Amino acid sequence: MADQAQPAIALRAIEKWYGTTDAPVHALAPTDLAVPEREFLVLLGPSGCGKTTMLRMIGGLIMPTSGELLIEGRGLWRGAQRQGEALSELGMVFQDANLFPWLTIEDNIALPLELKGWSRAKRIARAHDLMRLTGIAGFEKRWPRELSGGMRQRAAIARALSYDPRILLMDEPFGALDAMTREAMNLELQRIWMETRKTVVLVTHSIAEAVFLADRIVLLSPRPGRVDMILEVPFPRPRTPDLQSAPEFQEIVRRLRRRLAEIS
Amino acid sequence: MPDTAAPPVAAAPPASLARKRVTRDGVLPWITTPVALIALVAIWEFYVVQFRVSPLIMPRPGDVWWAWVEMLQSPRAWHHTWMTVYATLTGFAYAVVIGVGLGVVIARVRWLEMTLNPFIVATQVIPKVALVPLFVLWFGFGITSKVIVAAVLAFFPILTNTAMGVKSIDEGHRDVMMSLNATRWQVFRRLEFPSALPFILTGFEIGIVLAIIGAIVGEYLGGNAGLGHLLIARLNAFETADMFAVLIHMSILGFLFYFSIGALRKILIPWHASARLKV
Repeated sequence: MADQAQPAIALRAIEKWYGTTDAPVHALAPTDLAVPEREFLVLLGPSGCGKTTMLRMIGGLIMPTSGELLIEGRGLWRGAQRQGEALSELGMVFQDANLFPWLTIEDNIALPLELKGWSRAKRIARAHDLMRLTGIAGFEKRWPRELSGGMRQRAAIARALSYDPRILLMDEPFGALDAMTREAMNLELQRIWMETRKTVVLVTHSIAEAVFLADRIVLLSPRPGRVDMILEVPFPRPRTPDLQSAPEFQEIVRRLRRRLAEIS
Repeated sequence: MPDTAAPPVAAAPPASLARKRVTRDGVLPWITTPVALIALVAIWEFYVVQFRVSPLIMPRPGDVWWAWVEMLQSPRAWHHTWMTVYATLTGFAYAVVIGVGLGVVIARVRWLEMTLNPFIVATQVIPKVALVPLFVLWFGFGITSKVIVAAVLAFFPILTNTAMGVKSIDEGHRDVMMSLNATRWQVFRRLEFPSALPFILTGFEIGIVLAIIGAIVGEYLGGNAGLGHLLIARLNAFETADMFAVLIHMSILGFLFYFSIGALRKILIPWHASARLKV
């Protein structure tokens, strides 16, 4: 494989078992998957299909039972030891914003940089840039509890982008938001992704969200979790909310829904 | 970007509403509490005069007031006060160091917690005040026994609150630190410690009150110094008004300690809900 074709993320026979030998749970059957640079990939599936497990393994939060995981060509695990260089290419956004309530918004966003030893002036300047990018400028000195759920999730995205990782991993980032905020956040995410040109892997169980955001959808089926099918979504960018009423959009949604009903 | 302009407007009202509630809650007690206090003193005065209670049993509020004013001018009384303050704060300091230290360790090392838990429960169930004569026997009539009683009493709420605080850390917050490849020390310094701090301060709040109780009970039972000693001495001399004065003195001391912790809350955890409600 040529160097420029090296995928941002490569899963090679990645497998995950949970639990004890008496009651083992096969969370993810051996899976191969390559995510090219700058792709927006969505993991879609019913609950229990292992999509969150897969994402958390890519993020280095869970160790695979077997298989090899490459981030920008580097192994994420060496034995039971995570490799810092691979990790620093990954930014994670969770379903809850998980902001630290004792830090102001700017300090929350700057936290990863603080851990990396940046000076305060530099990291706060960087935080302010990201707050402009994510549309929360003006909230620098606020406490997280003073922000709405959507605002907090923007801050979480800014925090994940703070150290400029090449890959953004998102675990149902808008799952806790109301439908209207969620739609606005999807548009914002598309804009941020187009501006920053990151590789994104996003987990969702919303079909419409998946089709709206994704370059490619990986549909996972449960018990054990495995890849059921992979679907290209051809619509040009930037996509607008109107796209969702287009017949082609509806057709893909319908196809996915039918397949989801069969495998759930 | 449809909602980048909207947020400042959307977020501002909750903050101003919170401020309004704080000011009302802040002003109200300054009126109601003195009114309640005056009512209490009036009932006291009325009762003593109306039923001709002996001043040996219950002095009049005025007499108690003057006894206290006199006490404030006596260097001896201030010496006793200082002894009690010293025993309380020293005991409390020991309790803080050992309680927080052990609490953090216990919360993180599971086998240690399981091993020590029965002992911790046992020592909490035993009425520790009943052990005070034993401490006097072991550590003498001097200040040491008072410091130890204060420390022992203040120790447990600090230990249990610290352990609970460290254990209550949000799993999602841990995920964040893990995804950022934080070192153990960073996890402690940036997540575990600040997250547990409100719990620890609650332990302090209970602990400081128990420390002063411990010091005073220690002084009751032995030695010749401290407000506890002074109170017993006044009681034995049938100087009831003076005894009440000592009681007032002790209460004010307790309030000062308690509110110092409250002030500490405002300084250390301004982000926490408890810092907005207390003091």
